[in-house]
Amino acid sequence: MQMPDPNPAILSRKAAVVRRLAEALPEGAVIHAPEEVRAYECDALTAYACPPLAVVLASSTEEVSACLAVCHEEGVPVVPRGAGTSLAGGSLPTADAVVLGVARLNEVLEVSYPDRMIRVQTGITNLAVTGAVEEDGFFYAPDPSSQLACAIAGNIAMNSGGAHCLKYGVTTNNLLGVTVVLMDGTVVEIGGGHMDAPGLDLLGVICGSEGQLGVVTEATLRILPKPEGARPVLIGFDESEIAGQCVSDILKAGILPVAIEFMDHPAIIACEAFAGAGYPDCAALLIVEVEGSDAEIDAQLDRIEEIARRLDPVELRASTSAEESAAIWLGRKSAFGAMGQMGDYICLDGTIPVGELPRVLNGITELTESYGLRVANVFHAGDGNMHPLIIFDANTEGDLEKAEALGADILRLCVEVGGCLTGEHGVGVEKRDLMEVQFDPADLEAQMRVKDVFDPKWLLNPAKVFPLSVSAGRRAA
Amino acid sequence: MLQPESEGDLARMIRSANAPMAIRGGGTRAPVEAGDLTTRRMTGITLYEPGALTLVAWAGTPMAEIDAALEAERQRLAFEPWEAARVLGRSGTSTLGGCVATNASGPRRMVAGAARDAVIGVRFVDGEGQVVKNGGRVMKNVTGLDLAKLLCGSRGRLGVLTEVALKLLPGVAASVTLAAEGLTPEDAVAAMSVALSTPFEVTGAAHDPAAGTFLRIEGGGDSVAYRADRLAAALPGEWRQIDADPWPAIRDATRFAGVEGDLWRVSVRPSHAPALVAALPGRWLMDWGGGLIWAETPPGTDLRAQMTCAGHATLVRAAPETHATLGTLHPEPDAVKRLTGGIVSKFDPKALFAHS
Ligand SMILES: Cc1cc2nc3c(=O)[nH]c(=O)nc-3n(C[C@H](O)[C@H](O)[C@H](O)COP(=O)(O)OP(=O)(O)OC[C@H]3O[C@@H](n4cnc5c(N)ncnc54)[C@H](O)[C@@H]3O)c2cc1C
Repeated sequence: MQMPDPNPAILSRKAAVVRRLAEALPEGAVIHAPEEVRAYECDALTAYACPPLAVVLASSTEEVSACLAVCHEEGVPVVPRGAGTSLAGGSLPTADAVVLGVARLNEVLEVSYPDRMIRVQTGITNLAVTGAVEEDGFFYAPDPSSQLACAIAGNIAMNSGGAHCLKYGVTTNNLLGVTVVLMDGTVVEIGGGHMDAPGLDLLGVICGSEGQLGVVTEATLRILPKPEGARPVLIGFDESEIAGQCVSDILKAGILPVAIEFMDHPAIIACEAFAGAGYPDCAALLIVEVEGSDAEIDAQLDRIEEIARRLDPVELRASTSAEESAAIWLGRKSAFGAMGQMGDYICLDGTIPVGELPRVLNGITELTESYGLRVANVFHAGDGNMHPLIIFDANTEGDLEKAEALGADILRLCVEVGGCLTGEHGVGVEKRDLMEVQFDPADLEAQMRVKDVFDPKWLLNPAKVFPLSVSAGRRAA
Repeated sequence: MLQPESEGDLARMIRSANAPMAIRGGGTRAPVEAGDLTTRRMTGITLYEPGALTLVAWAGTPMAEIDAALEAERQRLAFEPWEAARVLGRSGTSTLGGCVATNASGPRRMVAGAARDAVIGVRFVDGEGQVVKNGGRVMKNVTGLDLAKLLCGSRGRLGVLTEVALKLLPGVAASVTLAAEGLTPEDAVAAMSVALSTPFEVTGAAHDPAAGTFLRIEGGGDSVAYRADRLAAALPGEWRQIDADPWPAIRDATRFAGVEGDLWRVSVRPSHAPALVAALPGRWLMDWGGGLIWAETPPGTDLRAQMTCAGHATLVRAAPETHATLGTLHPEPDAVKRLTGGIVSKFDPKALFAHS
């Protein structure tokens, strides 16, 4: 993966830039010692790292604005950062950039149950949002697996999703408004406690823009009343195709589960060895969760059972209690930990039409064998959001490159069957150079025009999302 | 009149155009006139996968055709689009493109999302005649900037939608409406708030001072009965199940059809609704638990001047002069206007769609 050479003029002006930032911001907000900025050299895509010029940790929208105004005047690129859990290298710095972190902006500003909304500063973690309202029976729906650590800032920038998105949608469907600071320091309010945009839906394009358009400092989020209860059923099949069929059949039957999770054989084996959840040794497992009162859950689980039985499952275990639910989820929830034990991994998130599941699973197996690597699949099947985890050994020369090449082939396959490169982790640097597989030049041009309006000098989050060759003219201007 | 039959046709027409043209779908919101461009020859469902809850269709496809296809598979659109023909006194039929370009959403919007939340992909032709695609046909997609959202509700200002992909919901076996009479606006909003804070999945919450307060529950038969009972028990005051289905009339605000007066759609926080309706000069109707207010005003009245709370008001029906003086859309703050104006001039540099 290539990054542009840092601008030598900026590197040589480091002291002056740091001085101006320190003048504009309170004490303790600017970090510039080489050993200290190193803590910000990467996100969760640890294969790539680069210490930034400096780091600013802002404590208010005004401080974010002041930092951006200075960087704008100085022509210094800015990399916005939440909690740094991006799997796509979204918050990877460049050597000539200032990392602008919002982690200190972590307050709840307002909770309104009559309006079913909460307003927060965006450095707050995803789980803390639910934490602020859960005693009163509410929750914030998007639930990325990283929710204990990741910030709402990163969730908005990546339009993050989670296991329960099938029913409740992803971040963009639960976001009502933002305070966003543009690269020149202008503070813009968009949306709020009310619904929909009066004119163009700027909120819609800011969400998922990966820090390309502005720095989001506050957000109004929709909160929902907690369901009466939820319980899953575990269904095992001898063939992946049949498990895929089962997913379609459930959706077609008019049942809308909150989650349909899929694990393939390597994932089942790994999770079982790690967590001992009592999963059967079979080709594919589904965990299907439904919500409602006890009677409603029973009724839905009965219907799902009936659909699954027609497909001759090797195991079918519906939960009847909180303990049984926990046991069913145990293996799935420890998937990342289990994979970590198998070696280093790259986690992809290409999304495909649900009907293409069997074809893509077979394709992935073939590709993986041809590369001589191992892949495990744990993913959100209801919305076709794959999660192939490519296992490799970072200490073996050339293994990372091989894993990346396999990853690229898998993502090409996802696009070929009508899907996309990324369903929830974002493009970042990881999938940047594959964008032309999915988009024609005119498609990318249209997206870049929006960036031109928000960030005319192309200083925000440099070298992400758009292939370097495609954005070269704009970055040089 | 320009009536392209394909995306390629349309792109050629736009590339050779040098005078502004209005974009029309089925002509329900504005009549189709000479010189306009209409998508009504670009119709048809190109892909429908019930097992993946997705449908793709050309923008000129009548909504009725889509509804019929969905009904056959017992599926539906989550956002329950409202139909403008009645209230505007027009005879056209809504198209998918028109529905998406105005982000037209009905009662279920407050819980299930707007048109913009159901749209998972678009193709459009911009003001330079370039064909652009964004999103796709999968439910989760964060690849690149989300222009599909930007096109939803753009009212033709950025380009002509040619194809739209939608996420669907399973249909419902049963629907129950609970009604109460004689509530004040404050009490109605409070009751709707109680209802929307229960786990019983209320999918409609409306208050019409002339007809009552209504709550809707949808789903499977037994489940609906159970939730309706629990909901009624959780609510203050007297609520009874009614046999009539008030929701189509609420969705389309038919109460305001065929009468004089301007008509507005106002989006506010539900808790701000009671104070706002108290200041209104004419009849009104609340939907979305108070988050949406339909309001009638004497011709030429600026309703926005009555709004002391955050939110926005769209002028739905008025004389052309009123649309011109007051503006159809709520004025934006300067910083937002600069962004919006910048995007419009990038997508439509010749201002071909300025009168859409
Ligand atoms: C173990 C693990 C599990 C995960 N599971 C999921 C999952 O289930 N679903 C999912 O969707 N993701 C998942 N992720 C990915 C990641 O957690 C999400 O992308 C998350 O939203 C990133 O949030 P963050 O605060 O850490 O953002 P960061 O990593 O700090 O930044 C992410 C992006 O947001 C931009 N950004 C940050 N702050 C701002 C701001 N204030 N304004 C504008 N742009 C900003 C950055 O520039 C960067 O491009 C997982 C990651 C890990 C490590």
